[in-house]
Amino acid sequence: MIVLAIDTSNQPMSLAVLKDGSVMGEKLINIKRNHSLQAMSEVEALLASLDVTPASLNRIVVAKGPGSYTGVRIGVTLAKTLAWSLNIPIVGVSSLLSLAWPGKYFDGMVVPLMNARRGNVYTGLYEYRDGWWTLEEDRNMAISDWLVHLAEREERVLFTGADVDVFWEEIQSVLGDRAYRVSEEEAYPSAVMMAKHAEGLPDEDAHGFVPNYIRLAEAEANWLKEQEKKNG
Amino acid sequence: MSSETLILGIETSCDETAASVVRNGTEIVSNVVASQIESHKRFGGVVPEIASRHHVEQMTIVVEEALEQAEVTMDEIDAIAVTEGPGLVGALIIGVNAAKAIAFAHQKPLIGVHHIAGHIYANRLIEEMKFPLLSLVVSGGHTELVLMKEHGSFEVIGETRDDAAGEAYDKVARTLGMPYPGGPHIDKLAHEGTPSVKLPRAWLEEGSYDFSFSGLKSAVINTLHNAEQRGEEIDVKDLAASFQESVVEVLTEKTKRAVEEYGVKQLLLAGGVAANKGLRTRLTEMFGEREDLELVIPPLSLCTDNAAMIAAAGTVMYEQGKRSTLTMNANPGLML
Ligand SMILES: [Zn+2]
Repeated sequence: MIVLAIDTSNQPMSLAVLKDGSVMGEKLINIKRNHSLQAMSEVEALLASLDVTPASLNRIVVAKGPGSYTGVRIGVTLAKTLAWSLNIPIVGVSSLLSLAWPGKYFDGMVVPLMNARRGNVYTGLYEYRDGWWTLEEDRNMAISDWLVHLAEREERVLFTGADVDVFWEEIQSVLGDRAYRVSEEEAYPSAVMMAKHAEGLPDEDAHGFVPNYIRLAEAEANWLKEQEKKNG
Repeated sequence: MSSETLILGIETSCDETAASVVRNGTEIVSNVVASQIESHKRFGGVVPEIASRHHVEQMTIVVEEALEQAEVTMDEIDAIAVTEGPGLVGALIIGVNAAKAIAFAHQKPLIGVHHIAGHIYANRLIEEMKFPLLSLVVSGGHTELVLMKEHGSFEVIGETRDDAAGEAYDKVARTLGMPYPGGPHIDKLAHEGTPSVKLPRAWLEEGSYDFSFSGLKSAVINTLHNAEQRGEEIDVKDLAASFQESVVEVLTEKTKRAVEEYGVKQLLLAGGVAANKGLRTRLTEMFGEREDLELVIPPLSLCTDNAAMIAAAGTVMYEQGKRSTLTMNANPGLML
């Protein structure tokens, strides 16, 4: 059972290949280079270095969002087209979970953050117990509201992901010494953790597989608002 | 069997998700197009983010349908041809990455195709090319005169300096309060009116094959506004007819001059605006009877964006040994 996992929803790109649950190889690329250019060729190079042919893949795991719309779409397009071409199952995992890995043994809540612009974040509440699960759904909300919500729980919180930098001052001002953050070398996504987590998830159909953007496209949101106005 | 070339084409440069199988670059085996036009109508034009989302939803479904309709498996396909550019970058990216994944999964050659080369090669699905030939490419994003001396060689001898003809049609249509896409509405109105409103023709410098339609577009808008201010009624049909007359006259006159100068054997019409009745009629009047020149006008379904044209252009590149690598990227500003 050979699994290929792909996460292109952040600037750093993470790839992993697991055989029967153990890691054969992984690749992290953390330079500013277009995912559309490099993702497929880096998958090819990784598989070649492991002597794995495309035909021997059994399952594709992909970060399905939230995150950069374009980044998420590149990973999902590659993953679903590979899965369909090879006639193997696809499994989607939250892009936030891919960032939550350093909190595995943290005593408290794990909160991955992605900057969604204009004071908003993509985020969720994660905790590890006998495996991963989400305490609260992935969401897109104002960081200020999210911090108030977290403060109410009176627990220690570990913030993960590279975008924590952007919000760290605000986080500290609300949560004080209950707020922790990962160090720089832990602030990247992990396709290995996605692949491990996906072991417990059901297969999905490649044709129907779509990203979880969390947000509507701006034009669509505006259009819906207008329709509501029209219909009173 | 081995003398036969089967190419899978993929096209996602704008708002159509398309896949097709073409035999020997000349014969359509299947041609599937999933149009998003109903979705974009809500917004009065193509919204790039929405287009990208639809492409992701449709991509594998459309390719599977193209293979099924062609009754071939990927084993029988020689190569995958995909639109590399130009177009909307977020839309191109979906087709390019899907094509890369299929090429990698099946270990097949990958070929990046220029969208306009595709539009020109749509003609080869109707009639074998005879060189030298001239192609008039008219679409929402392009207005070009392309000279071809042999397969795979494209010389742009004239292009638009501002708006593409199709763009001018859509903007004028919007000013006249018509729904998107406006081109066909103007075309229809024009046939009901007479070209009685005086509008400019942009001939540009002596001998130039370039085009310019933004002045004409502004003149139409100004004519409307001035009439409104003076409280005069303007016949929209006559205005549409006058606009179309100016566009068609400039396009066909410049084409005629190029046909003579380069002594071409064939004139090909290409691109979405090739569906325009006014343009088709005028070209047929001007060139349809000539013995020294063959005029080729593809059916409407091959003028608008489709993947058969990409597969057709890709076939020639495949036969010429051109290959792309898995680091190919969508290139919205790709040159022909
Ligand atoms: Zn086109």
